[in-house]
Amino acid sequence: MRAALLAATAVVGVLAAAGAADARTVRWSASGDPNTMDPHSQNLGTVTMVLQQIYEPLIKRDKDLALEPGLATAWRQVEPNRWRFELRRGVKFHDGADFNADDVVFSITRALAPTSNYGIFVDTVEKAEKVDDNTVDIVTKIPDPILPNKIASVYMMDKEWSEKNNVTAPQNTRAREETHTVRNTNGTGPFRLSVREPDVRTVMLRNDAWWGWADTAKNTSNVTEIVYRPISSDATRIAALLSGEVDFVLDPPLQDLERLKRAPNISVLEGPEIRTIFFAMDVARDELLYSSVKGKNPFKELRVRQALYHAIDIEAIRTRVMRGQAIVTGTFFPEQVNGYVKEEDVRLPFNAERARQLLAEAGYPQGFEVTLDCPNNRYINDEAICQAVAAMWTRIGVKTNLNAMPLANFFPKIQRDDTSIYLLGWGVPTQDALYSFQSLLATRDGAQGNGIWNYGRYSNPRMDQLVTAMKNELDPEKRNAAIREALKIYREDVPHIPLHHQMVPWAVRSNIAMPHQANNQPQFRFVRVN
Amino acid sequence: MADSIAARKGPVSRFLDSDLWFSFSHSPLTIVSAIVALALIGAAVLAPVIAPHDPFNLATLNLMDAFNPPAWVEGGNPDFLLGTDDQGRDMLSTIMYGARISLFVGFCSVIFAMVLGVTLGLVAGFVGGTTDAVLMRIADIKLTFPAILVALLVDGLVRAALPRELHDRIALWVVIFAIGISNWVQYARTVRGSTLVEKNKEYVMAARVIGLSSTRIMTSHVLPNVMGPVLVIATLNLGFAILAEATLSFLGVGVPPTQPSLGTLIRIGNDFLFSGEWWITVFPGITLALMVLSVNLLGDWLRDALNPRLR
Repeated sequence: MRAALLAATAVVGVLAAAGAADARTVRWSASGDPNTMDPHSQNLGTVTMVLQQIYEPLIKRDKDLALEPGLATAWRQVEPNRWRFELRRGVKFHDGADFNADDVVFSITRALAPTSNYGIFVDTVEKAEKVDDNTVDIVTKIPDPILPNKIASVYMMDKEWSEKNNVTAPQNTRAREETHTVRNTNGTGPFRLSVREPDVRTVMLRNDAWWGWADTAKNTSNVTEIVYRPISSDATRIAALLSGEVDFVLDPPLQDLERLKRAPNISVLEGPEIRTIFFAMDVARDELLYSSVKGKNPFKELRVRQALYHAIDIEAIRTRVMRGQAIVTGTFFPEQVNGYVKEEDVRLPFNAERARQLLAEAGYPQGFEVTLDCPNNRYINDEAICQAVAAMWTRIGVKTNLNAMPLANFFPKIQRDDTSIYLLGWGVPTQDALYSFQSLLATRDGAQGNGIWNYGRYSNPRMDQLVTAMKNELDPEKRNAAIREALKIYREDVPHIPLHHQMVPWAVRSNIAMPHQANNQPQFRFVRVN
Repeated sequence: MADSIAARKGPVSRFLDSDLWFSFSHSPLTIVSAIVALALIGAAVLAPVIAPHDPFNLATLNLMDAFNPPAWVEGGNPDFLLGTDDQGRDMLSTIMYGARISLFVGFCSVIFAMVLGVTLGLVAGFVGGTTDAVLMRIADIKLTFPAILVALLVDGLVRAALPRELHDRIALWVVIFAIGISNWVQYARTVRGSTLVEKNKEYVMAARVIGLSSTRIMTSHVLPNVMGPVLVIATLNLGFAILAEATLSFLGVGVPPTQPSLGTLIRIGNDFLFSGEWWITVFPGITLALMVLSVNLLGDWLRDALNPRLR
């Protein structure tokens, strides 16, 4: 008996050793931790960068962010208001259940739910209809030519699993709800969630049953395990990379790039991100929540918004805070996005004198006090940007108190409209201007996707008309004209104070080969450990 | 006769004749520590007057001044002797203001711990019985937790219980309370021990006999006679309290970043250590080390000087 036990132990030991020799683990770090594992609750880069290893949409994006078949093998517009998706056969969820048309209908419906933060991707969708087990129709309210671009961000869940675990609606983060999906997943993707300890570590294991591994030319990954560990301190994160404790840092601090480039066993992958950093302010309330001005809202006054804009020394921010790793802008999406117009990408120049003058004209010669809400682990040097800008605004008389906090506190706060002015970074996964205008500037009228990230509640009837035109117009010429006019309003009406487009260098151990992606979302199905 | 000579001398010359002064003036290390400590305290207290810049006046900050190295290093700016941080704040001034907050928190938490510890120790020693047993068991339990852990626990509880805005406003007092509450046991034990000795002496008996209340006996008769060791502990604890505050601030749970103490400055500078901007963290670090070291050396000296067995 004893001998048998010993033998068994020895066998287990040998097996474990063999597994270790074969194990290819990528230890990955960034400053912030996803605040949920629910696939439709938080449309946040920090969340989707982890979830997209686990969950899949009907249409995926490849290394260059071009569309490619995902859980659907083909799609076409069968009628103006009806898209038909042929589903991939033989796909299984991580718990072994089959993926079928019911799951698609369920997932689309879930993304349409009131607590969903992904409404922007299904804004034109009326419903999803099962045609047969392997075919689904998505019926739209209006003809939607860019529906595939949006559907590429909607993850598919298992209907039975969701019903069993009582998660048929997305987690309501505003109400600080805790559901099964906050810590558990059941996707179809190349990796499955193994351990989820919020703010400590998230471990994903290779899903050998994934359908995509068959295409060895495309999905070249040999990674067997991904360990994600958030490390909020810049110095600690880089020390961990240099010492070999982590293999990949998504957001290396800009001040350390030169040193990292010189390090022998580390590569820095550089590239721009399709993401713009800007300030947005409460322009809806009659009295700001966090300001010394009582009885009126200074941000409703165009000249005050212009004054804050003129006060920003953008060159100082680019060179000192961003160390040159930023592309200064006067608008809110970069040129890779469809609809970009160079002539509208013009900033109000830095001019503190003009800023003071505008404040005085607007009736605030003595300035006023306001609290700026800012995340401190979401965007590159977010807190440092806010500190610098707070000083610049204070210099023209707008005494700015900085309230910097981790993203887990910041997003629920602004999502309750509980803010007077805040910093936000906006990426454009659909690569079309509509996404930005509709989420950030359309009036929040309850229609799917309209103004769902418009926490300053900017509202401009003409802007709303133009957003509607962008949705409905099928003639590209006319549609681009609408975008152009909307950009002009953006420049002249100053609904935001834009700063720059982020550059997102990645720092990775030299034995790891991975493509840099402009949405700042690594895809581990392409990663090789040598 | 001896009395009348002592009476004729002023308090200064009496102090210069004392054993304490003799021991002080014959210990070069102690003199140096005293000078360093006084200089640091002086710089901290007088910061608003003598600091070359006001680092908290956002209106005078210029981001273009950020990351200036110290004046003597190549690329340094003579306006900023110890260089500037990532926001263009003058390091020298920031350190002076930071030391101010560190010392303030240190002193206040020592006083808080001392008042709490002395009171409990006095009551335990004087009253005895169940009160003594209960208080001393609480002290034992408290001793099983490391002081920093208790401070973190208190800070964490307050943080969770209070809304953020309110917490930021009272954060300084929370830190003082947290450090104070983690340090009172030493005082309580020492005072209890001394009180047990004192309470059986004749003068206490006499006071009892003439009918003084227990409170009166404790405060005006026993207390002055047990204060010697308390002062020594307090001095030694000041160094610990400053360090504890720096630790909490370094971990990001201490004073709010709008009032950076030395620990906060070290934490901020730590982010730039790898990129070669060493002065942002090194100078606050040196200041903190000097401060704690000089205070501790003074405390050591005081302990030896007041210990009759070492004379």
